[in-house]
Parts: sequence; structure tokens; C-alpha cells
Amino acid sequence: MDGAAPMARIDGETLAWQGKPVLRDVRLELRAGERLVLLGRSGAGKSTLIGALRERLETGRGGPRVALVPQDHGLVPQLSVHLNAWMGRLDDHGTAYNLANLVRPFARERRAVAPWLDRVGLAGLDRRAVETLSGGQRQRTALARALFRGGDVALADEPVSAVDPAHGAALLDALGERFPTVVLALHDTAAALRLASRVVGLRGGGVAFDKSVAEISDDEIAALYRR
Amino acid sequence: MKARADRRRLGRRSMLLGFALATLAALWLADLRLLAPDPWQTLGRIGTGLLSPSFADLPALAEAAALTLAFAFCGVFGGAAAGLVLAPFYHLRPLRHLCIAVRAIHELFWALLLMQVTGLSPLTGVLAIGLPYAGIFAKVFAEYLEEADPAAARALPRGSPRLSALVFARLPLALREMRSYVLYRLECGLRSSAVLGFIGLPTLGFLLESYFRQAHYGEAAAVLAVFLALILPLRLWMRWPLVPVYVAVSAWLLSRVETPPTGAGVLWRFVTHDIVPAPLRSGGWATLTGWLDFAGWLWRLGVEQIAPGVWTTMILSQVALALAALIAVVGFPLIVPRVTGRAGALAGHALLVLGRSIPEYMLAFILLQLFGPSMLPAILALAVHNGAIMAHLMGRQAEGLCADLRPDAPRGSVLWGYELLPRQFASFLALCLYRWEIIVRDSAIFGLIGVATLGFHVDAAIQTLRIDRAVALLLAMGGLTLAIDTLSTHLRRRMRLAHAPGAKQVLHEE
Repeated sequence: MDGAAPMARIDGETLAWQGKPVLRDVRLELRAGERLVLLGRSGAGKSTLIGALRERLETGRGGPRVALVPQDHGLVPQLSVHLNAWMGRLDDHGTAYNLANLVRPFARERRAVAPWLDRVGLAGLDRRAVETLSGGQRQRTALARALFRGGDVALADEPVSAVDPAHGAALLDALGERFPTVVLALHDTAAALRLASRVVGLRGGGVAFDKSVAEISDDEIAALYRR
Repeated sequence: MKARADRRRLGRRSMLLGFALATLAALWLADLRLLAPDPWQTLGRIGTGLLSPSFADLPALAEAAALTLAFAFCGVFGGAAAGLVLAPFYHLRPLRHLCIAVRAIHELFWALLLMQVTGLSPLTGVLAIGLPYAGIFAKVFAEYLEEADPAAARALPRGSPRLSALVFARLPLALREMRSYVLYRLECGLRSSAVLGFIGLPTLGFLLESYFRQAHYGEAAAVLAVFLALILPLRLWMRWPLVPVYVAVSAWLLSRVETPPTGAGVLWRFVTHDIVPAPLRSGGWATLTGWLDFAGWLWRLGVEQIAPGVWTTMILSQVALALAALIAVVGFPLIVPRVTGRAGALAGHALLVLGRSIPEYMLAFILLQLFGPSMLPAILALAVHNGAIMAHLMGRQAEGLCADLRPDAPRGSVLWGYELLPRQFASFLALCLYRWEIIVRDSAIFGLIGVATLGFHVDAAIQTLRIDRAVALLLAMGGLTLAIDTLSTHLRRRMRLAHAPGAKQVLHEE
């Protein structure tokens, strides 16, 4: 892996969130096959870093296929669970097909989405409007959308924050099985260490450490959250 | 930096002072005479008629009512469909300007103009409503789509087709607002449709005018009652799943209306001859004298009609706006239960609904019989209609405020003076500036009942088949609306009203 070119590279840049600089002098490379976990207190810049990686990955045709689980889910509350998950593949079809499936979802597309709804624990809810779901169910819908999309990389920003820990672990495993490369922002350090191949710690407006999971000490992690 | 920003800021005090001075000047200049020979006697007879409506000619009433609905449905939903299709492209400058242009002209004038081509046919009525409404819907729908929460759109794969992304991730979020806006516009469309009767289309306005002209006040009262019976319970009978049925039945009804035939090639003649300025016709455009004559033609039109028409419009709309503002300030607490009590609020609602449901043109026509052809009927009609709308919007906002008041807040008129009015004053000013533009645009229509606004000259030009003049006057009218719109936006920004709490809510509530 070492010799291969990175999928995305951030080279000493300052990253901004809504026009305000959040992370300074960031150096980071994402390589294919990695399980990169971002740790840090809320506001440390995890979402900013994920956004920056997305920008560098989605370079248009020929770039890797990216699936997203944003922190705010990015769901359309008025549409059904099925359609929200199906929207993960909106770029695979032409406009006419997309609009036809919006008016009346095809049986074929329902069947294609169903296993993924099943996988996140939403079986049987595909016709329900997202606005009628609980917070945890909404998050699962956002996960189902990414799993259904599939691809080379998943960028997931706190993807299991509204789900209980046992289910959360299973959902993270699903992400890991579906995508060869995963970038995760997590607040649950135990889950992070179980899953990660590499951990990036963010603190004080910059990258505090960037190490493979075997090299990290508990102290280093604890230091991220110290006031 | 801050000091400079403050200096640029237009103070409310100086604005209000300027407004008061302008109103005084306009009052002094306005023609407010009572020209009718015996208003009390007429009032007595109209009053008696209103109290004893006569439904003698029921078939005619029913037909006019059905056609009023049919024009409104086809016009509003046609306009909404066109607006929906145009909304995603509203950011394109040529389209935006086209939409501004079509909506700057009032439905009545669209009808007068279209009549030259399509005659007194249903198409004239449908297009007269549909065209300006398409421009309005395109703008409002584009705004709603723009303001929808972008989170869902951001989460889409980057290569998603633009239209798919819009329809999946923005349209569903904006749909609720869009629906309620269509409902509001349907109310406006019903009023427009009724008023189109005054220029000859077979709607309720046509019946009302002919009954009034024959002094059959009982029958006229029945027409008014039928109109109110349609528009007041609009939100009860208007069911979204039934819209296709309503529209289909409307189209069928309109297709059965018999129309006098128009000659062949009217459209071609209209475009290549009628609307071309007279000096440029029949080869004039290719000669220097033609263009010199055109310059003289334009100058005369400007001096003799456009300038005086604009002057009259500004005087009329200034007095009307001041009176509407007064009605709004005094009228909005009427519907707030904490001020007038539960029964009082109900009565207040009834009063305001009545005020805003009767089209201003219809109201002016009735007042014309009482006061005679001065500016008085137009001013009162504009003020009552717009004042009632403003009062309604502010009253709803006040009800929201009342929910968050401290428990020991006062009640009654003290609440109005100490809590509501001060809190709502900024949004009230924004609302006034917004309504100013609408009042200026609508004051043109009173040209048709003899007030010498721009509309008066347009009507005269069309009556004498000088369509070229009518088009030039309509362009001037559009220009005036646009100028007021720009000025009003500028003032709102200078006074920092655009971001005043509640301002947006009050303006968008419609």
C-alpha cells in the first residue's frame, strides 16, 4: 500500500467551516483500504476535515465513488424511507428515470433497497415518511442510503450517535464490510479503536496526532478530551 | 466603520416625517370632492337593496358564479404550473426580467390588451390571470426552493442530475409553503376573475355592473352575496385531491362559452401593425422622418399622458397608503382576543375578512355610485382592501406574540399600545413599504372608472383602437411599478427593516 498514490491529500492547508478557519496547517493523506477514525471534542474540526476530504475525493468522473453519512443526516422528512435511501444512487440514473421513481417507486428499486433497510433494522418501514420516525430510525435511514449507494469510500460523521451502543457496533461493522475505505468521525473511543486502522486526533485547531491504531496510548486519547 | 454605517441608516423618525409631509401634500392635491348629486338618497337605495337581496334570476347568477370559478381555476393553476416549471431557472437574468415585466401589469390590462387578439373569448380571461400569475409564482416558488434546508441537497452524490436533485431534495421541503401560497393566490384569482366581468367577460362582475347600471340594487346585492359565499369558505371546499377535477370541469365549462368570432390573421396584424408606433408603420421605420415623427409621438405621449398619469397615480396611492396604514394599525388588534375578547375577535375577523375579500375594483365601483367620479371611491377602496389585508397579517403576528407574553401583561387597548404596537412597528413599516408597491400597481385600474391614472389613458387608447399608445403606456406603467419596487426595497434596506424581527414572516405569510 505504501507506494500507491493516496486517494486524497491535504497538504499543509488551513480548513474553514462557514468561512471561519477551524484547522490550521493540516497534513493528511487518505490511502485506499484504510479505516481512518477522527477523534476529538465537539467543535474540534472533525466535520470540517470530513468535508475537506469529500471535496478532494469527489473530483468528478474517474474519481472514487463516495458515500456520505452527514451528521445532520441530510434526509428529506416528507419523503418515504425507501426514497430517502434510494436517493443515494440519484447520480446513477437519468432525470426521467429518477422522476418516474419519485412519482411511483418501481418494484425493482424497492427490492434493491430492501436488503439494506433490513441490514440497518428498518425492515417494513420503507413506506413510512421520514418525518414520522424517531431520531435513531432517521439515523439508520441515512446509513441505509450510504450502504445502498456503496462505492470505494464512506465518509461518515457520527453515524451512530443516536443508536444504542450494541446496535451502533453492528452498524459500524456494516459500513466496514460494505466499503473498502472508511473515514469515520466518532465520539465513542472504544468503538473507534476496535474499528480503526489509523486514528487522527484533533485538538486546539490542529492535528494532535496521526498514528496507526497499534501505536496509540490511552493517555494520548485522554489528552484530546482534557479541558 | 460603525459610525459610517449608522449615518447611512435612515432613521424611522425622519422617514415617518417625510411620509406625513407627503401625505399632507397629496391630500391637498387630491381631488376628494363629493360629485354625486345626492349621495344620501343613493346610499338609502343601495342600502335597501343590500338588505333585501333578490335572487330572481338564479340561472344567470349560477352561470356567472360557475364561470368566475372556472376562470380563476384555469388561470391560477395554469399560472402555478408555468411558475413551477420556470422556478428552477429563475436565476437566469432574461427569465427574471420577463417575469418582472409580466407581473408589473395588472390582470385587467392584460385582458384589455389580449382582447385585441383573442376577442371576448375565455382564453382572454384565462391568460389575463395566468400570465401575470406565472411571473409571480415563478418568483415565489424560486424563493421557497432557495430557502429550503440545504442539508438534504448537500448529502446527495455530487454527480446527481440538477433537476433530480432539486425535485428530490428541495421540492418536498418547500411543498407545504408552496401549497399555502397557491391557496392564497386562488383567493386573489377569484377576485381578479370577478373583476374581469367589468370589461365584458361573463363573470360575476359583469352581472354586478349591469345590475348597478340599471339601479337594480337588490339583484346586485345577490351577486355580491354569491361572490362572498364562494370566496369566504374557500379553505373548506378547496381540497387538493379535487384540484384535477376542478380544473377539468372548469376547462369544460369555459370551452362551452360562446364567443363572437375574431377575424383571421388578427394575431399577425396585432404584432406587425397594431402595436407598432404609428409613425413607424408602413415603412416609416426605414426612413429618418419616420423616426423623427416617432420621437415627437413619444414626447407628446410623455408630456400629455404619462407624466400626468404618473403624478395622479402617486397622489392617489400616497393618500390610499396612509389611510390603509391607519386602518391596519387600528384594525389589527380587533382580531386579537387578548385585546377585544373572544367575541370581539370573532367580529373583528368577520370585518377584516369582508374588507379583504371584496375586490377593490368592485368596492370602488359601488362607492362611485355614492360619491361620484372623484378620487374618493378609488382611495377608499384601496385603503379598505389593503388595510384589511395588513391588519389581518399583523393580527396573526400579534396572536403569536401574545402566546409568549409575561403572565401579568396587560389586556385590552393598553396591551395594544404598550406591547403589541412597539414590538410590531418595524414589521409594520416593512409591510407598508411592500404594500406601497402593490397599491401603486393596482391604482392604475381605477383609470377604468375615470380617475386619470395611467390606466385611464390606456383605456382611452384601447377604446380608440390606438393600441400602439396603449402598449407604450403599459410599458410606462411597468416601469413605474419597477421603480417603486426598487425604491421600496432600498428604503427597507436603509431602514434595516428587512431583518426586523417578524418582518419576513409578515411578508411571507401571504
